[in-house]
Formats: sequence, C-alpha cells, structure tokens
Amino acid sequence: MAALYEGYTLCGLVQAQNQSDSGIQGIESERDSDHVVVTDSTRSVTLYKVSDQKPLGSWTVKQGQTLTCSAVYNSHTKEYVAVSDNKVIRVWKEEDIILDKAFKATVSSDVWRVHSVPGGEPVVLFQRGAVRLLDSLLSAPQQPVEEVLAQEEAIRWSTTVIAEAAQFVIFQTEQKGDHFLYLQRPNLNAVQRYRLEREEPGLSPLSFSASYRDKHINLLYLYPNGHVYQSVVSVRGPGMEEEAQALPLPRNLLFALPVGEGLLGAASALALDEAHVAVVGVPHPSAGAGKDFLCIWNTNFQTLQAGKEMSGKIYGQLWSYSSKLFIPHGKSLSVIPYECPKSSLASALGKLRQARTEESKAPASVPSWNTILHGEKVQPSRTVETRKTRTTRKTQSAPSLTVDQVLELIKTAPVEEVQREVEGLLSRSDIQELQPSVGQLASSLVSRSVADPAFYTPGTLAQLVHTQCLCHSVCPDLLLLALERKDYFLCQLCLQLFPDVPEAVTCACLKTFISVPDADADSMSLEPDSVAFMESVITGGRGQGGLQNGFSPAPFEEDGTDPLSGGGAQTKTTAEDKEKTVTEPGQTCPVGLHKAVLLNEVLQTAYSDTFLLPHLKDLSSQQVILFLQYLQFLYLRYSQDTFTQTHGLRSPTLTQIMDWVCLLLDAHFTVLVMTPEAKGLLLNLHRFVKSQVRLFSELGKIEGSLEELQKIKVKKEVGQYSIEVIELF
Amino acid sequence: MGEFKVHRVRFFDYMPSAIRAMAFNSRTERLALSRADGALEVFNFADSYFQEKVIPGQDGRAVEALCWVRGRLFSAGLNGEITEYDLENLRPKYTMEAYGGPVWTICSNSQGTHLAIGCEDGTVKIFEVLEETIRFQRNLDRQKGRIISLSWHPSGALIAAGMMDMIKVFNAESGHATHRLLVERGVGASKSREVVVWSVAFLSDHTIISGDSAGKVQVWDGVTGTLVRTHLVTKWDVLALSVSRDESSLLAGTSEGTVVQFQFISSTVDQHDKEWVRTRTFKNHTHDVRALAHTDTAVVSGGMDTQLVVRPLLEKVEKNTQESALRKIAFPHRSLVSCGKKAGMLLFQFHGHLELWRLGESDGHGEEKHTCTLSETHGGCQRWQGDDHICCSALSPCGGWLAYSTISSVRLYRLQYNGSNISITKVAKLPKVLRSAHQLCFSSDSSKLFASTTHSSVIIIALSQSECKYLHTLRPKSGTRQPVHLMSASEDGKWLATANSDCEIHVYSLHKLKLHCTVPVYSSCPTAMAIHPTTSNLVMVHADQQIFEYSLVQKEYTEWSRKLQKQGLHHLWLARDTPITHLTFNPRNPAHIIMHDTYMFCIIDQNLPLPDQKTLFYNQMTLRSLPEPERTSHSHSFKICKTFQHLLCVSLLEDHSLVVVERPLLDIASQLPAPVRQKKFAT
Repeated sequence: MAALYEGYTLCGLVQAQNQSDSGIQGIESERDSDHVVVTDSTRSVTLYKVSDQKPLGSWTVKQGQTLTCSAVYNSHTKEYVAVSDNKVIRVWKEEDIILDKAFKATVSSDVWRVHSVPGGEPVVLFQRGAVRLLDSLLSAPQQPVEEVLAQEEAIRWSTTVIAEAAQFVIFQTEQKGDHFLYLQRPNLNAVQRYRLEREEPGLSPLSFSASYRDKHINLLYLYPNGHVYQSVVSVRGPGMEEEAQALPLPRNLLFALPVGEGLLGAASALALDEAHVAVVGVPHPSAGAGKDFLCIWNTNFQTLQAGKEMSGKIYGQLWSYSSKLFIPHGKSLSVIPYECPKSSLASALGKLRQARTEESKAPASVPSWNTILHGEKVQPSRTVETRKTRTTRKTQSAPSLTVDQVLELIKTAPVEEVQREVEGLLSRSDIQELQPSVGQLASSLVSRSVADPAFYTPGTLAQLVHTQCLCHSVCPDLLLLALERKDYFLCQLCLQLFPDVPEAVTCACLKTFISVPDADADSMSLEPDSVAFMESVITGGRGQGGLQNGFSPAPFEEDGTDPLSGGGAQTKTTAEDKEKTVTEPGQTCPVGLHKAVLLNEVLQTAYSDTFLLPHLKDLSSQQVILFLQYLQFLYLRYSQDTFTQTHGLRSPTLTQIMDWVCLLLDAHFTVLVMTPEAKGLLLNLHRFVKSQVRLFSELGKIEGSLEELQKIKVKKEVGQYSIEVIELF
Repeated sequence: MGEFKVHRVRFFDYMPSAIRAMAFNSRTERLALSRADGALEVFNFADSYFQEKVIPGQDGRAVEALCWVRGRLFSAGLNGEITEYDLENLRPKYTMEAYGGPVWTICSNSQGTHLAIGCEDGTVKIFEVLEETIRFQRNLDRQKGRIISLSWHPSGALIAAGMMDMIKVFNAESGHATHRLLVERGVGASKSREVVVWSVAFLSDHTIISGDSAGKVQVWDGVTGTLVRTHLVTKWDVLALSVSRDESSLLAGTSEGTVVQFQFISSTVDQHDKEWVRTRTFKNHTHDVRALAHTDTAVVSGGMDTQLVVRPLLEKVEKNTQESALRKIAFPHRSLVSCGKKAGMLLFQFHGHLELWRLGESDGHGEEKHTCTLSETHGGCQRWQGDDHICCSALSPCGGWLAYSTISSVRLYRLQYNGSNISITKVAKLPKVLRSAHQLCFSSDSSKLFASTTHSSVIIIALSQSECKYLHTLRPKSGTRQPVHLMSASEDGKWLATANSDCEIHVYSLHKLKLHCTVPVYSSCPTAMAIHPTTSNLVMVHADQQIFEYSLVQKEYTEWSRKLQKQGLHHLWLARDTPITHLTFNPRNPAHIIMHDTYMFCIIDQNLPLPDQKTLFYNQMTLRSLPEPERTSHSHSFKICKTFQHLLCVSLLEDHSLVVVERPLLDIASQLPAPVRQKKFAT
C-alpha cells in the first residue's frame, strides 16, 4: 500500500493580495534530494534544506520588480536562473548575496518560464511559444524571437522532460476554448502539435503532469469534473510541418474522481509512478465536503491508497521531488514524505498478508526495533486509522478520536480533555495494536509538558507507562520530566518498567531521591507492593526474628565473629537489645520508608559499571554516606535468615546491593577515607567485603568438589582404539 | 537386525585449520572460505550449504583475504602474491607478485573492473581486471605504515584504507589521500601500542565504519572526515566487519568469539535521523572471529575455532524451518578416510601427509598396529613438489596399493607386508597422461586405478606387479567443465559412477569402456553414492538429504526409490544438518545400505516398511525395551545409531565388522590455542 507519512512544515506562506493564491510560484529541486528552491509569487527566492526545515539562503529582487518565473537550478554550472519582469533573465550563484549585483540580461520578448531538469540544459520558453537554450540565448540576448503561437493563443502550463537523452519542452496552450499541446525539442527546433479532445464545454484542464516512461511521454491531466485522463505521446512523433494541422491527441480516462456536487475549483493531480497518482483538492470519498484531502490513488485498481486531511485552504498546487510531496495549504508549505511500493491486487484489496505486521503482533514487552521504529511504524497505525476514520465518519455521532486526532489534540487542548481522550483511546483499543502509537502519544505529551509548565498529566503518563509498550529510548524526556515535576510515582514506574534507562539518568534519579526531604517523601504515594516490602524490611527484622521456633539467639559480639558467619544469629529481639540497636549503625533504617522504596528502584535498574561510575562521582560525600548507610542497613537485613520469606515481592537482590556498595566505594573511596564520619561505615563495609570474599572462596571450593563429582561420573573414557559390539534392532 | 562388531577408531588426529577469510557472492550464493593452511573451500548456500569445492593449500601460502569479482575468485596473502583460482580445475589459475611486500587485503570495486590491494610497504595498488588475467594499473599515494584493510565506496571513486592508528580516504582517480581519520588508541596499558584498523567498510552514503584492535567499532562521516559515533564492543580486537547488501545492518566479529550486530535505525519513534545502533550479540565461537559474511538472511562467521557458523537472522527467515536453524559446519563434506576392506587397513589423509594404519586382529585384544606416517618415515621419496597439499588419496581394497594426488602430481605406491613390517615402494613410471586428479579410486580387485581429471573425464590405469599402463579415458557427453567430486566403482568391476559439481552423475561401463548412462539430474548435489554389488543399483544421497536408487540395468529409478519419494522421507531425517559423506553395502544382507553423517550412522533395511511422518524415527531405544516378538511390528527401515559421535568414516570390512572413525569435536577444541581471557564472576 502506498502511504503518506507524517508531514512537516517547510515554511510559512506569505499571503498574497488575493486569497486564492498560495503565494508560491514554484518549487524546484536543487543539488540533491534534500534541497529545494522555493520562489514566491512576488520577489524572493529561497533555498531550503528540506530535512532540516531550514532556509540556507534567500535572494530578493528590488522593490518594484517582480519575479515572473520560478527560479530553477542549473546543476551543470551550479547556478540559479530566474526571470524578473518578464524580460530580465537573472543568473546567480549561491555565494552571491545581492541579486542585483549578479548577472542579468534583457531579452527581446516576454519569457514564460525557464525550465531546468538535472541532466538537461536550462531552456527558456517564451510567451509566444518560442524555445531557446539558455546558453545560446545569453550569448545574444537581443536576438529576435519568432512567434510560434497564434494570435489569441496563450500558454497555460509547461514543463520539460528528458527522454532518450533528448530534452523536450512540453507546453499546453488555450485558444478560444480549444486546447493544444506542443512538444518541442529545443536543439532540433522540431515541434509536435496536438489538439486535446474537448471535455464538457467550458471546462479546461486544471492541472497537468508529464513523465517519461517506456519510450513514451505520459501526460496526466485533471478536469474540474474530476476526470483524470492519460495521454501517451510517442517521443519519436511524426515530424511536423510548420503549418500542418494539429493532430488530435488520443486520451483515455484513467479514472473519474468523485467530486461531489459542483466542479472542482483548485485541484491538482500528479503522477507518482506508473500506478500511483497524488491528488489534492479533491474531496475524500468518505469524508464530507468542505474538507481538503491529499490522496494517493492507485490507477490500476482505482483504489484510494492513502489520504491525509490538509488543514486550511488548498491552493491546488502540488509538487513532488524524491518521494516527498510539497503542498501549500493554509498558511504553510508542508512536506509530506510518501511511499508507493509496487502494488499488487492483493495489497490493493488489503489481502496481502505481510510477514512483518504479523511479527509486530507477537507479544513483546520489550519492543522490537524492527517493528516499532521508523518505516513499519506507520503502516499498522495507518490501517488502524483509516478503518477507524471510516467507522467514525459513518456513525458521526461517536465522539471517539483516532490516534492522529488525539495527537493533534495533545498539542493544544486543556489538561482535562487530553487526559480524558488519551485514557479513552487506551481503553478502547487493543494495546498490541496501539503499541506504535503509545510512543508517539507519550512523546507528544512530554513535549507539551516540557514546553508548557502548567500542563502535566501524571495519571495519563502513568497509564501509558503501564502498557509496557514504552521504553526510555522511545521517549527519553519522560523520566527527566517526571523528576523535574517531582512525580516520584511515575519515576518509580519508569525505573521499574523501562529496560533501558541510561546510567546518567539513573544517577540523576538517585541524586534526587537521596536529597528528597523525608517529610516530602512520606507524603507521596508509591507503588503499594514495594512499600509493603520495605515496611517488612524495616520492621520485620525485629518483629519476626524471635518467633522462629521460639528461638532467641544470642546477640552477636561487636568485634567477635563477622556478621555473616552466624547466619540468623544476629537478630535481636529482647528489649535490652533494642537499646543496643539504636547505637548499632545499620540496624535502624537511615532513610524514611518512601525514600527507601525509591532507592530500591534505583538499585534494581540495569546498568553497566563503566558508564555508571563517572556519574556516581557527582554525588556529594554526604549523599554517599547516607546511601552507603542505607545499603549497609539493607545488607544486614538481608543477611538475616528471617528475610527469605518476603522474597516473593520485587526487591533488590543481595548481589545488587553488594555491587552498588562496590561501585560507590570505587567512585568515592578517597573522599570517604578523608571524611571522619565515614570511618565507622568503612570499617563495617570492610567486614562485609571480608565475609563476601570468604563466601566466594567457599563457593569456589564447593564448585571444585562438584566438578570432581562430575568427573567421577563420566568415568567411561574411550581409548584411542577399541573393539566393541553393538546391537541394532 | 543383529549384532555388529565395531572397530572404534579414535586415532585419526584430524585437525581442521582455522578460518582466515571469507567472501560471499550473493549472485551465485557461493561462500568462499580460506583456511590458515591456505586451503580454499566453496560452499553453495543455495544447496543446503554443501561444500562444493575444495582447493588444497600449499605450504607458505597463507590467504589473508578473498574477493569475488562476478564469478571469479581472487585471493591475496602475506606471501605478497595475488592469486586467481580456477574453480573448474580446483587449482590456482595464476599468481601474480604484487611487489609491495606482504599483502593484507584485497577488495574489488562494485563495478568489478578493478581490484585494490593493501600492502605492507604502505601502498594501495590498483589492478585492472581483464578477461583472463589482471594487470597492474597504478599505485595510490604511498603511506607510512602498512595498509591493513580496504573498502571501495560503491561509486568506485573513493577508497578507505585502514592502517595503523588511522584510516585514510583516497581518491581512486587521482590517487591522492583526501582525508586522514585518526583512530584513538586503547586506554590503559594499550595506550602505548598502535591501534590496528582491522577492517573498514565504506557505505554509499559516505559513512565509513571501522573496527580496530582497541575493541571499537567507529562510525565516521566520510565527507567531513569526522567521527560520528564510537561503540566499544569488546576489550579485545574487532577483527572483521561485514555490511549487508542494503546497508541496513552491520556485523562486527571480535576476539571474544562474539559477533555484534548493528542496525541503521532511528533510536526513538519520532526521530527521522537514523543512526547505527548496536542491537544483537551472537556468541557461537570460542575463539577469534576472523571472517564474517552478511548474507541476506544470515550471519556467517568463522575463525580460530575452525567451525563455520551460519546463524540465520530470525526476522528474515520463516520460523521453525530448516532455514531458521543454526548450522555449524565442522567437518569437510567429503571423506578423508579410505578403507582397505580386505586388508583391514585405514588410510587417513591430512593436508600435508598420509597415515596408514592396520586394524587389530579380531581376537578381541583390539591392539592396533599402526604402521607409518608416510611423509616422516619415507622422507626421501615422499616429499612432494612445491609443498602442495594433498587433494585426494585412495587405498586399494587389498591394501597393496596407495595413491594420492596434489594439484601438480599423482603418486602411486606399492605396499608389501612381511609380518609386522611394511615396505613402501614408489611406482616410478606413471603414464604421462596422469598429471593430477580430483578423485582417485581403485577397482575392487585392485587391478585398476581410476583418476578423474579435467572436464569430469576419468583416466583408467591398469596396475600390475611389473608396470602401470594407461588404458583409456572416459569422457561424459554433457560437455561439463566441472570437477568430479565423487567416484565409485562397482564390486563386480562392471561399472564406474562419477558425480560432479553440476549435479550430474555419469555411469560408465568398464567392459565396453564407454558411457553407459546419465542419471536424471537432480537439483541438489550428490554427497555420497555407491553401486550395489549384486543388484547393480546405484544409490545416491544428495545434499538436501534425499535418497535415490537407480537401476543401472533398467536405466530407471527402482521401485523402492519411487516408493520412498512418494511417501517422502521422515522430517527428522530431512532436518539433519550434516550431509551423508559415505555409503556402503552389507554383502551379508543385500537389502542393507550403510551410510553416515557426522552425528550418526544409519543402516537402511530396504525390506522393512518405510517410516511415515508420525512414526517414532529414532526408535532404537524403544525397540531395545520391547520383547523380541513385538519388535518387528514397530521397526522401520531406518536403523540409526548415535553411539559414536562426530564420525569421519563408517565402513564395513570384509569380515563383516564395522569400522567407525570418530573425531570428537571436543578433542579438536582441546587442541586449539587458549582463547582470550575473559572475566568470570569473581576473578
């Protein structure tokens, strides 16, 4: 299926005096597919880099002069050519800043247009039908120019086409209601003249487009009654005598576009390839009148392949360069990339099973790069959209909006409405189907929130995160926004559900969490499971320890054995021990409950130590000490036997805690050594490390002995040679 | 079915050599691969990855890089020479001295008109590719330091060259360097060491991608000469890069044995700018990944651990099919063992020497008696010319003759035994016509030697105690130019069958000394074939695992073969990923066909019913557990034994005992050099 992608604005339109004019005279391709030259209808020419939506240069003629033909780019000489006041040809280069200082030449007759295509020479077409190569014209600007057209004949449209290494200038004229087509080869001065068949009386073609295919020039033209005709003109047409009668031009009706009531005003049809035609200014068959659409039709199957509503007024102008459509509408010139894959009947009828879309439906909580990103993302959402639009249009009453509409809405509507619509959208559609658009929704919500400090939709964002279709790289600003708005619940969700939070962001979160005042932290609402877990950590050690089989272990000695050796022997239950716990660091939680919950989330995110380490250095020593104390507290809690029972909940593992301790020490060791209050902490941690080393050496021993066991089992060593007997059944 | 006495042989110390370079030709779907010993192999990816051709190496010819130019194959090596190969005669066509010291890399432009090579002396030399040869055209500006890697821009106007510490971009027309991209050295201790740009890729959008010895994959803008992005992928070297044809995906092979995939995608939804993003990591190797190829559907990698790995990209192939399975090709797809059936002797072919072993007597002692290693014990007469490696060898069934061929000569030896001693005498005068052979084979009565040569023709030599005489040359009528890769003579001395890489199988009548018939050509290449001793049926197995039986008398497929084709082979049989490399018959039971691949050997009993898709295919364990009378109702014709693993040969001796030559892959792995050190949990 052909598809129209999300467009973007290239520039705003300078409104001309009369409203029916877009203010743009022409758009021509420049050096490559990414540059265009836009000529406005009055005085200026602007060079744009399309992908950057940025003007690179602009030239203006003097007040009082007007450009009468759109500027073209001569790729041979890398020069621009334009005509002002019908007779003055101007040639300049990109370096020239002031147009008036550049080269100009006045010719003897009025110029209609200058045409230039890559691979061809610029050609000047005079209003009276004569054609000259620019080079030869400039060598003698005042040379006489013959009149080709009859007295009341006037050019309406013209273009140039390269066919079989020859350049053709094609123009269409009107004379008293009759329409003629001229094919002229500038180097040969050979003219072919054709008469267009008459459509209904009074109708003259609205737009033309010409292309060269299969040794023929294909012309496509649209009449106000919606009929699109195609005519094929042979390149090697019969050599015409000067005075010979114009041949009738055979045509065939490609298709009749539905025009509704009345005739088309400003419309344009443009052949994209052999099977696709872009049409603008013709109403969408399933939308009501009064809406302007850009549509791609398949001429083979007469099907509408893609449509896009264009806001604002349509001027019936349309250009296409390198898979991008340029369309002025309303107050802006939009660039809409499109794609016309080879069509088949199956795809035209929507019956082509695409392996890719199938794959995208596979349940994947971790988004697959291929399906979500770029190219493929548009297709599924588009099908969803068109189907939806159709149903919406049919019923009219249902207020539900499509993804695109919601996206539009997010940009402007108030908070409540946005929340309502997004939630509505989420509840209506299947999440799998929505997957690609969730990212778009989130990023547009975030960009609005960033731009507009008053706008923030925590609930909606949380809901989007909950779909598990988001990840950090899809919407990199989300987590930072949540931090900025102090929406810790959303932060927690993101940390939990995003598989790819960068280390820098993790660290930023950590820093913020540590420095949140406990009072603030306690007022926020966080995910209940994690809070429950943390509660059990803080209270659990004391509450439950002693209950195990009524066993109340002896308190452990300060400097006696190391805290790990006894396993559960360190739990303190008796009242006198409670007093001791106060003095013992690590036995009371150094941070508040909610803060601890947030810190746990940080502990559980994935990271790579090389990337994390530099960011950890940003923490202040106070923060580091606090965090280390908390980690120590967790570590001690975890080393107690009583703790295993709560592990059904999502919680940091012992290894994660140890890794973080190591990382923090790596990052801040010298600072900590110099800080007096950290001394006790470091001593304790040193003890942990000792115990860990001992643990791992024990594990190593166990591993060694287990390996030995395995070796014993595979005793059956086969020698270099043996004779065996096998039995087959 | 009964009991078999099995000689389980593990003393064949076959050691494949490391994969050094690879080039994939997407038009013909052939992968060319070179090994550290200079051998060259061509795999047909369209035909079940069959190893179609092998060109033996040569001492001192290390191929450092390979390159296809349309259908032609070029290599360059540290001996300073460029070689073009004759893929029809399986030998180098010509070699050309580049006069630039060792050559590190060779690369052709996309138009296939020119070759660029990078030399030790710092020059990039451009050769013009002519119809029959290549011709030196010019040098690009000479640089200080060696040129390690090269890549042409698809337009052919620019060449990127990876060097020490830098990448240079040359204008191919003027020969001047237009950009110098400095590559950062590694951190820490390796700071003082030069960084080697092992591989570069020049994309059509003027992006240059480099892989270097500091473990980085770097993306450069070739227009401005600026670094766009650095991906640190390993602590060791990034040795190879390969870009897919549509330039949307890139592979990097590292010393850790991983292959890292990068894809050209946009990293966030709304962003239209694409960038190279690291996406997947494949770990299929234990050692360096030296060579890589990115086919349209798969990652092909090879390196020090000698295995060729084809890892399909799952989004590009249909799921759960043959195509989506990981393949590891460890052994050559041809037999390196020949068995003197009557004498109970085995001949092992190594790349530079042969080993002859006599199996133990069947008195149960099982003590083998190994005789000699030709190249060592008989140095004087067995030193082959020009250090060429062996391309094929054969032992006569009686054990009295031994022949081998290199690309330049054929040698024939007479073996005589007295007790435990063996004497080997070289047959001095061989007919002149016998210059080299692609395949060698003795007739069953050891009176004739068949040698296949150019254009699939076969030379017949009569052997007798006194002399060796040229008898006849058999030629196929098809006019094929491809080499013969399989040859089999019938037990009764009537027939000789040859198969070539065009998938043609010709059968000659040895009595009439002319072509008897050509078996209808099947699309897949035959991997093993043999002629039945009593019924004169030719049994063939193809690379796609199909089995055919063709009656030479009636000149048509046999009833059994038709039945097999009609019913179809069991899907588990078709799912095996190594080809059958040897096939033999059981003289005691004419209905038995014995064949093997790397992982199993199989006895097909043509009298039993064929398994249909629902039957338990590997049913030996079930049958063992059943009482005797019930077994017949459950058994089917494929008797598969997986007791012996990583088989190089399974053959049947005259005393009806089986010989199984095993080479466990673990043994091969244990002989490899140590891989790079990697951090494990607490180390």
